[in-house]
Amino acid sequence: MRKSWLVAAFLAISAAHAIDVERLDDPALQQRYERLTRELRCLVCQNETIADSNATLAADLRREVRDMMVAGNSDVEIRTFLTERYGDFVLYRPPLAPRTWLLWAAPVLLLLGGAGIAALVIVRRSRVARADPGALDEEPDHT
Amino acid sequence: MKGTARFLIPAGILAVLVGFFIVGLQKDPGEIRSPLIGKAAPVFELESLADPARNVGTTSFAGKTWLLNVWATWCGGCRQEHDTLLAIARDGRIPMIGLNWRDERALALRWLAQLGDPYDSVAFDPDGRVAIDWGVYGAPETFLIGADGKVLHKQIGPLTLEIWRRDFVPLLPAADGEG
Repeated sequence: MRKSWLVAAFLAISAAHAIDVERLDDPALQQRYERLTRELRCLVCQNETIADSNATLAADLRREVRDMMVAGNSDVEIRTFLTERYGDFVLYRPPLAPRTWLLWAAPVLLLLGGAGIAALVIVRRSRVARADPGALDEEPDHT
Repeated sequence: MKGTARFLIPAGILAVLVGFFIVGLQKDPGEIRSPLIGKAAPVFELESLADPARNVGTTSFAGKTWLLNVWATWCGGCRQEHDTLLAIARDGRIPMIGLNWRDERALALRWLAQLGDPYDSVAFDPDGRVAIDWGVYGAPETFLIGADGKVLHKQIGPLTLEIWRRDFVPLLPAADGEG
């Protein structure tokens, strides 16, 4: 089938695209490594994780992560090591700290704000409709 | 009255947005402030570029204010700032150490022979381990390290005499003469 041939070609290409040649011996460690490198930002090509990036720096950082894992460092220790040198910017998931509270709370605040405005509008409109059932059928008055 | 509020609320939101954009868009996303500033400079001990038998390390600068300039022959910005480095070196106010990052020894030595050598010594870091320790993510980068061993300043991107006078000279220990 033509389709399966295409799929095979696609898979071959995406396999060739995998960046790391080296694999860690321990499959559990390899899994941890893959998860962690997907959370770390490459500072050269800032919208890529170090797992995805072809940049030399990303390769160096992957090596650093791998070496630290093999040496028995925890994910937290590795993240701390990198943020002490590169700042929070290396983390795709920013830490929850006083200076990031607003950042983390923003979605909830916006949602609550929107819900508040919606509630206000609904209450006001229902009051208008109760007072004068015909009022909402007309064009709104801008004065 | 109601009409005014209807106009003012979106206008207010717009003003806040414009404010965010004015501040945000003027920042260079490529420039990430180093968390090392104000902290103890990372220690290193590397082979000298010129002489593999010799070592270049941070210990030799204990008690001194010094510069660490990260460079490589593949880096265009390094070529751009080279004359500035030479001028700073000629001035001789402060020792300048090069960190040759992910480069080839022969190429790096030829670069220094051809363009002039502003460095007191150059540490050779072909696999970039020391660079990671210093939070280097591009070249050129220049660090100013104080006598107390703390990082005082980091310049990201090519150094010019203007930047040198503005950002570095005021941090140098008091001495006679101009910057």
